[in-house]
Amino acid sequence: MAVPPSFSTAMYSSPSYSHDSRPSSSSTPSFAGAGLRLPSNRKTIYDRNLNRSRNAELSRASFAFLFMEMVTYAQKKIKSVSDFEKKLNEQGYPLGMKLLDLLLYRASPAGSSSSSSTPAARPLRILPLLTLINNKLYPLLFSRPADSLEQDTSDPSKYMIIDNTPLTNTYISIPKEMSQLSVAAFIAGIIEGLCDGAGFQCKVSAHNQGTDVWPNRTVFLVAFDEQVMERERELDRQGIK
Amino acid sequence: MPVFALLVISKAGSLIYHRTLPTSTSASTSSSGSQPATGTLGLPGTTSLTTNDYLVLAGTFHGVHAITKNVTPKFLANSASSSDHPPAPTTNGVTGKASSFRYPIPDAPVTGIESLESSFFKLTVFQSLTGTKFLLFTDPSMPNTDGLIRGIYDRFADHVCKNPFWHIDNPIRLDGWERALNQFLFRR
Repeated sequence: MAVPPSFSTAMYSSPSYSHDSRPSSSSTPSFAGAGLRLPSNRKTIYDRNLNRSRNAELSRASFAFLFMEMVTYAQKKIKSVSDFEKKLNEQGYPLGMKLLDLLLYRASPAGSSSSSSTPAARPLRILPLLTLINNKLYPLLFSRPADSLEQDTSDPSKYMIIDNTPLTNTYISIPKEMSQLSVAAFIAGIIEGLCDGAGFQCKVSAHNQGTDVWPNRTVFLVAFDEQVMERERELDRQGIK
Repeated sequence: MPVFALLVISKAGSLIYHRTLPTSTSASTSSSGSQPATGTLGLPGTTSLTTNDYLVLAGTFHGVHAITKNVTPKFLANSASSSDHPPAPTTNGVTGKASSFRYPIPDAPVTGIESLESSFFKLTVFQSLTGTKFLLFTDPSMPNTDGLIRGIYDRFADHVCKNPFWHIDNPIRLDGWERALNQFLFRR
């Protein structure tokens, strides 16, 4: 007996899922043919504990080579430098969305190894959100907090996250004809995805502001939307932290 | 600074990077004028080398390197082995002829020219697994040039090979690589 497609696709949108399998069996759904490759013990990456890679470290060189290919891929069919940055941003965006959930899960009692009593709440105000990026997202990705966090003096809706040595720029030098480009747009995309996932609509862009000591110093400009600022004022009036 | 110059030659034999470093000896001779001027490669008379000369030098060296790789001395291994045990039945025909020679150090790969020393300069050569050659011209008294050239190769692997804006066998014009080289060659 076949499952109505509307039911099956709700859970398994992958086309490789075979609709012929019996719906009554609650065991691992069978994946037919190509698509999702299953290891011999039938455990996919989704069966693993989320804390498995909590303290795992990745080789810097392998990331550098992978990121190099991502940049090469993003370079295809681009018309301008802003187009290029947009593509890199889009590659990071879904990552930020998922990282928000992962960070909150790991901060909650269920996900943390240390028994903390208060469950982690999603950030409601801008400052806790930026602290989350600085103290949780950055250590998760780069094993260190960001170097500085600043607010624009003229525009209160703009914040700056400053990174002296962004990992993406470590081995990449920009050619002269693309001097405006910053490949840290990928990290900006991660930050934007995280903020959007938390309900703070914003635009994040990466800007190179190299100094003699830190040639790769990058400023991530977080510009929150007007609706977010409006909500921020309302929450401030009600005294919600 | 007893490092005179660094040349990088691609697998195809073209010069993809060259950099001459200002030497303290040449700076002092320009002021005093008593000593013979140290050239950019440590050799007198090489100060006036043009970019074209470097291209020719790189191409010539590429050929010489290929030749030296083939003239690595071999020992006739057959006579030595036959005294110990009778020759195996397979050692006849073409295969037997090929296996009857061995290199002085059988485990080491045949690399060709590795270093060249004169009273003026010392040339250290390092060839990467992919065939890129690094030529380092140093003062003959410079110690541990192998370590130095390895360090340069490390920086090449980091700042050149991992850079999406550099295409293989193209000339290297990258700020990050220049910066890393400066840091490595001047601050150690």
